Amino acid sequence: MSVRSELALISEWIRPGSRVLDLGCGEGLLLRHLRDTRDVIGYGLEIDPDNIRSCVEKGIPVIQTNLDQGLQDFDPASFDYVVMTQTLQAVRYPEHLLNEMLRVGREGIVTFSNLGHWRCRLKLALSGRMPVSGDPGWEWYDSPNIHLCTVHDFEALCDTAGIGIVERTFIDNAHRRHVAARLLPNLLGEVALYRFQRT
Amino acid sequence: MSEQFPADSVGLVTPQSMHFDQPLELDCGRALPEYDLVYETYGELNADASNAVLVAHALSGDHHAAGYHSPDERKPGWWNACIGPGKPLDTDRFFIVCSNNLGGCSGSTGPLSTNPKTGALYGADFPMVTVPDWVRSQARLADGLGIRQWAAVVGGSLGGMQALQWAIDFPDRIRHAVVIAAAPKLSAQNIAFNEVARQAILQDPEFHDGRYAEHGVIPRRGLGLARMLGHITYLSEDAMRAKFGRELREGKINFNYDVEFEVESYLRYQAENFVDHFDANTYLLMTRALDYFDPASVHDDNLAAALQHVTASFLILSFTSDWRFPSSRSREIVRALQDGNKRVTYSEIEAPQGHDSFLMPIPVYRDLLRAYMQRVAGETQS
Repeated sequence: MSVRSELALISEWIRPGSRVLDLGCGEGLLLRHLRDTRDVIGYGLEIDPDNIRSCVEKGIPVIQTNLDQGLQDFDPASFDYVVMTQTLQAVRYPEHLLNEMLRVGREGIVTFSNLGHWRCRLKLALSGRMPVSGDPGWEWYDSPNIHLCTVHDFEALCDTAGIGIVERTFIDNAHRRHVAARLLPNLLGEVALYRFQRT
Repeated sequence: MSEQFPADSVGLVTPQSMHFDQPLELDCGRALPEYDLVYETYGELNADASNAVLVAHALSGDHHAAGYHSPDERKPGWWNACIGPGKPLDTDRFFIVCSNNLGGCSGSTGPLSTNPKTGALYGADFPMVTVPDWVRSQARLADGLGIRQWAAVVGGSLGGMQALQWAIDFPDRIRHAVVIAAAPKLSAQNIAFNEVARQAILQDPEFHDGRYAEHGVIPRRGLGLARMLGHITYLSEDAMRAKFGRELREGKINFNYDVEFEVESYLRYQAENFVDHFDANTYLLMTRALDYFDPASVHDDNLAAALQHVTASFLILSFTSDWRFPSSRSREIVRALQDGNKRVTYSEIEAPQGHDSFLMPIPVYRDLLRAYMQRVAGETQS
């Protein structure tokens, strides 16, 4: 669904020829896109064997890693960008991982589904049931998404963690950047994209 | 004839041999004035010789990696699970070469060969060989076969170490290195197991300082014990429990030291089977080659520095239950490659079979190896 526009937006933030580490790279779509359009080199980190095989089929270097164990195998400042798309909500220690991203990379890029979006609020208000983010089909008790957050939540965390937001953008339901979503991101932004660095 | 063998088998294969009369200088300071390498090949070398894959064998392996030597051979080659038409190392696309390592006992020059200088068997006089020595000898085999550059060098365990050494020593002659269930050097525990195995052989009264052939005997007990010990380290505790548990051979205990438990029966069978086809001096040499393997040692123990000139892409695989070369050891190699911005893919395969997993037809493992090798094949066939 929003994958294509998300990839395109992230790509705009990444300088050609840079080194990128993609945390939770899935099937390697972003890295393939960056390799083919921006001459980017880098690694994907992934835990799922089927996704790892998909990366191998695309010729994307992927290193099986459990992100909950941090990025200790990577040296400080060894990447231009550390990217994490739609994965922040599934890790055990989001704050630690954000700090790790800025230890290993000069800049971090994160995308997540915004639980502050009006649909989520409406669902909770009307049905009294927890909104479930990510792939449909998950229930609150079996979802891998254990750290759902809103735009305000994320920015508050950045503030306390000493992380400076360089750029942010939001995609609305039609997966386009929208003036309204820019004005009221926590209400109208469905997917949030952030580029950040150490303050 | 082909009907005698499974359709995905390379079928009947015949070992070949190549003679080298240029002396080979060895790391130990000695030289082999001349030598032979016995090898097998599967598949066809393409016109520009770009589809050649070297498979390097492990401690007790040999050149017989796939197919059958005769219609009544009971078991195919040691990596038949992965080599054949349509298999991960696809013989419809690759020309696969596997040679018996120098110092081996399956036909390549080794302790069982005649020393041309003395006219007697080498025996214990066979010079110590190292992983880099093997790689140099394999490079000459590649020359002889008209292969300037391997599409990939692939190996598990000690074979993986050879693939790693290839990438270090001949960066322009290898495009991919597939390093499975290996380590960048042995741990103290690994060396300790090797030492116990060697002591079992060295202390066998029939070892005769390695000159047992002249006495018309073989150190069966020592070599058998070494093999038993090895087997314990190749299996995981879970695999042993699943395979044998505490099953009693006769359903009751007999209060003696004969075979009581099934696991004892298995180990004794493995030992008996092994001493009939493996040479004790070769076992000593191979374990020492393992002990000495440490490409970082000449770079202040900095593996990334040892890998500095590597241009090959790497696939590194480990197995969750392998405690002989656990995943942490493979990750040392991954990390060093990362440090140098080399192309590397790493996966830890969920498998209960221990170190032996690399020989097993585990679906996730085979699928990943196949996916990687298809990429390699895609680069070669223009």
